[in-house]
Amino acid sequence: MENHDAGQAVKLSCRNVWKIYGDTSDSFFMDGNGNVDDTQAHVKKILKSEHIVANADVSFDVYAGEIFVIMGLSGSGKSTIVRCLSRLVEPTAGDIILDGENLLEKSAEELIEIRRHKMGMVFQSFGLMPHLNVIDNIAFPLKLQGIEKADRYAQAERVIELVGLQGRENNFPNELSGGQQQRVGIARSLAVEPDIWLLDEPFSALDPLIRKRMQDEFLRIQSKLQKSIVFITHDFQEALRLADRMAIMRDGMIVQIGRPVDLILNPVDDYVREFTTDVPWESVLCASDVCHKTSTSVRGLGRVPAATQIDSLLGYLAKNDKGVAVEAEDGSIIGIATASGVLEALANSSNVPPAQVKGTK
Amino acid sequence: MSKLKLDPGFLPWLGIILITLALIVLQDHLKWLTNYPKDLVIPFDRWLNSGMGFLITYFGWFFRGVSWLLEWPIDGVRIVLQSLPWAVISFLICMFAFIAAGWRLSLFALISCLYMVIIGYWSESMNTLSLVAISVPLAVLIGFGFGVWAFQSQAAKRIIMPMLDILQTVPAFAYLLLILMLFGFGTVVGLIASILYSFPPMARNVIVGLGRVPGEVIESGLMSGATHRQLFWQVRIPSTKRQLLLGVNQTTMASLSMVIIASIIGGTADIGWEVLSQIRKAQFGESLLAGLVIALMAILIDRATYGFAKNSSDYQPRYSAPMLRYGLIVIGGTMIFFFLSRFIPALDVWPRELELSPARSMNEGLEYIIINYRAAIETIKTMAFFFVMLPAKIGLQGSVSPFTWGFELQTWHSVCYAIAMTGLSIWCGVRFNMQLGFMLLLFAIFFFIGLTKMPWPAILIIYTYLAWKLGGLTLGVGTFLGLGFLVVSGIWPEAMLSLYLCSIAVILSFALGSGLGIWAAHNSTVSAILRPINDTLQTMPLFVILIPFVMIFKIGEFTALLAIIAYAIVPSIRYTEHGLRNLPEGVIEAAKMMGCSKQQLLWTVKIPLALPVMMLGLNQTIMYGIAMLVIAALVGTNGLEQIVYIGLSDGNFGLGLIAGIGLAIIAMTADRMTQAWSYKRQKDLDLQIE
Repeated sequence: MENHDAGQAVKLSCRNVWKIYGDTSDSFFMDGNGNVDDTQAHVKKILKSEHIVANADVSFDVYAGEIFVIMGLSGSGKSTIVRCLSRLVEPTAGDIILDGENLLEKSAEELIEIRRHKMGMVFQSFGLMPHLNVIDNIAFPLKLQGIEKADRYAQAERVIELVGLQGRENNFPNELSGGQQQRVGIARSLAVEPDIWLLDEPFSALDPLIRKRMQDEFLRIQSKLQKSIVFITHDFQEALRLADRMAIMRDGMIVQIGRPVDLILNPVDDYVREFTTDVPWESVLCASDVCHKTSTSVRGLGRVPAATQIDSLLGYLAKNDKGVAVEAEDGSIIGIATASGVLEALANSSNVPPAQVKGTK
Repeated sequence: MSKLKLDPGFLPWLGIILITLALIVLQDHLKWLTNYPKDLVIPFDRWLNSGMGFLITYFGWFFRGVSWLLEWPIDGVRIVLQSLPWAVISFLICMFAFIAAGWRLSLFALISCLYMVIIGYWSESMNTLSLVAISVPLAVLIGFGFGVWAFQSQAAKRIIMPMLDILQTVPAFAYLLLILMLFGFGTVVGLIASILYSFPPMARNVIVGLGRVPGEVIESGLMSGATHRQLFWQVRIPSTKRQLLLGVNQTTMASLSMVIIASIIGGTADIGWEVLSQIRKAQFGESLLAGLVIALMAILIDRATYGFAKNSSDYQPRYSAPMLRYGLIVIGGTMIFFFLSRFIPALDVWPRELELSPARSMNEGLEYIIINYRAAIETIKTMAFFFVMLPAKIGLQGSVSPFTWGFELQTWHSVCYAIAMTGLSIWCGVRFNMQLGFMLLLFAIFFFIGLTKMPWPAILIIYTYLAWKLGGLTLGVGTFLGLGFLVVSGIWPEAMLSLYLCSIAVILSFALGSGLGIWAAHNSTVSAILRPINDTLQTMPLFVILIPFVMIFKIGEFTALLAIIAYAIVPSIRYTEHGLRNLPEGVIEAAKMMGCSKQQLLWTVKIPLALPVMMLGLNQTIMYGIAMLVIAALVGTNGLEQIVYIGLSDGNFGLGLIAGIGLAIIAMTADRMTQAWSYKRQKDLDLQIE
């Protein structure tokens, strides 16, 4: 398994999920069991019979309160998998376990109940109701549940405040900017106070500057609400900014899962490595990633927490040759980070061909 | 000759031309090639008539019951509209126009109402309006039902779509009689005909609208926890409101035009009947004045319902407040006008002695024009008849004579014609493309022999082959069966007469219309002048378009031709302009940067790219042409449309319906072929066209 703080509860689990498009898509699996011996061979077999494989053997867990980002280019199956999680798209095989119960075994009525109370989703092109104003759009899921107007407006007002749309309640979607529309979309998805929050490329349709601001807003909201989140994006930088853990998808399959830094430091293949090339390393790596284990005493050295970003340490290390001691949360010393250690880590991650250095050996 | 590469794809063309020529030569010896033998005609019409008799005998009670039921609301609405003072109704109409589209339309409504009152057609107009008022809600409901059904079930859609096609293409005259026989004489016939004709546009708009709701809106509805029913009524329907209202607009217009057409059977003192009886009495001034009432009504209803559709998508905050105010104004105004009309009788019923009718002076003016310009009018008529219409109908071989062209057709004339046309075709084939060459050659043969003199198997083969090439196997087989039906039911000669008149009209409309469209696309003034004219022609019920042409050219095929062109030219203009104005910007800029002259830009870049859209225009021109052809039967034509009309007036239901189906077959095959061609080109050119 991936390295993750043990003891944290799994909120949502996606097990061997397949989505095949075609006439006889069910025929490739026994009773919807997606656990096959050789995924690659199975995919080949399905493709040969003129079916389309949107998702192949996708498995991952989402822990309570974490932001799990699924990153992939267009056509990699990331939008399909998030729709499988909410059963907007019916998976061909596999299991979706939400709070220990298999979502795929739920009846249509139960599914509606789950969507009304446990799930919220945000869409790339917002998916707002054009005929409803802001507050009615946000209160729409509550209206569907039959909640009284006064109550649902009160609840909607709360989320409007959360996303900072006060004063816009009576505007219609066509009067709002893209960023504002997506705030409405976010507010609507939060109106039912869901446990699991699905976001399908929520910021991709926005301008870069607005996108950055919305990401900050999103992190702020999440720090308050602590939802369990599945966040889809095609933007690696966005994934790095937001993710607690992330998965990279290609051709409907998951290529690698891990913390952003794990992917950067140990990409499983060239495909993953390619994404990581433009990453500003010094802002991704933290002190624990560059420190050397040491048996010598660290007395006299300064101390920093393990999660300190190294770009904030550069100035200190430039002046202090001996480096700085890195300590874990419990106060124990992990190792010493030095200027040469930082350089070494950067050198390892760089894929620029080394310059030829002339002169004496 | 070796340079002329003969693609194997052209062999069928060559074969077709050879077969055609062979058939032409053979038809002197084999009479059945020209006229399908009478003994082999399958008597569909008699079967239909006896089927009809059966239906009336055993189920007549049911239809008469429905008829009895429907009489009630019609009478109710009519009594209300007739007994309320005109001032009150005019006020309500003006308010309606104001809410729908603002004060300009309201002013237009006021003028229209005053016109109806002062000219003295108020009561007739209200009779028409009461039929429309009942038919529209019913048609909208039925159309909505069918639309939703077709949207939800693919199986249902496969049945409903052709049904809509048939209802919209089979001429109303063909089933008016059916309705008359089933439901009995009376206003209810107009109502049912109008519902049958006007619910299909609603159904189509419902299907299109529901299909266009963005996927993410549906998904967000689902994720909000909508049940199936909630998703439909609270997500799909509201977000397709605009399309639904467009459907209402089209349905209302169709309903009005059918109410007018249905008045041909009489029994209703409505405005359509007024126009028709005046035309029959050759009272052109009166018919024009009454026709103008219809035109005003049509424009008003169109703009108002369209206004609602247009406004439906710009949502404004606090939308509900003005509605309340409007409600108060409507109630208050109604009461004020009602009481006013108690004290001022002229506001209740406009006194007869105050009616104003310029009809007599119009008639005199027209007579003056006709007498003074008779020579010119006659010349235009004869020229068109001798040099265009007659050759198309019976060919050069039949129409060239000392009486018409001024000389006898000699053998050497024919030989010269053959050589010249073959040369021209080969030149076209080499210079442009082979298919064009073959088409030209076929056209030359047609023009020489005449459409009505061509052996029917030749036309069957050519038409079927074209359909197959353009639309694939299904269309080919369908076309073959459809034309086969025309042959075996014995209405082929009349079908060719319809085809001949319609083809000339369509070709001229398309040529003229494209020219105007090109001009309008490059000149905003022209565009601004053409737009209102097009709008008016398009909203005008077809009857009315006939009037000015009948006035000047009297009855006859030439009048019919002009009326068809006047109506069918509109889509050609519109689509051409639209196509040229909406070309991909990048391509035009690139062509300009390569140094295209204006002419080159137009002919080598713009027109080829706009051609698929222009083809859709041609498609619409054909449809409009056939629709008008049916109405033009009133002014004396000889084709299928005349049989339909005769079937109606003689009470021969079977005959009328067969001819009507024949027209529908011609319309539908032409429609599918042009559409298939257009979509294929669009795909090839990677164009995105609505």
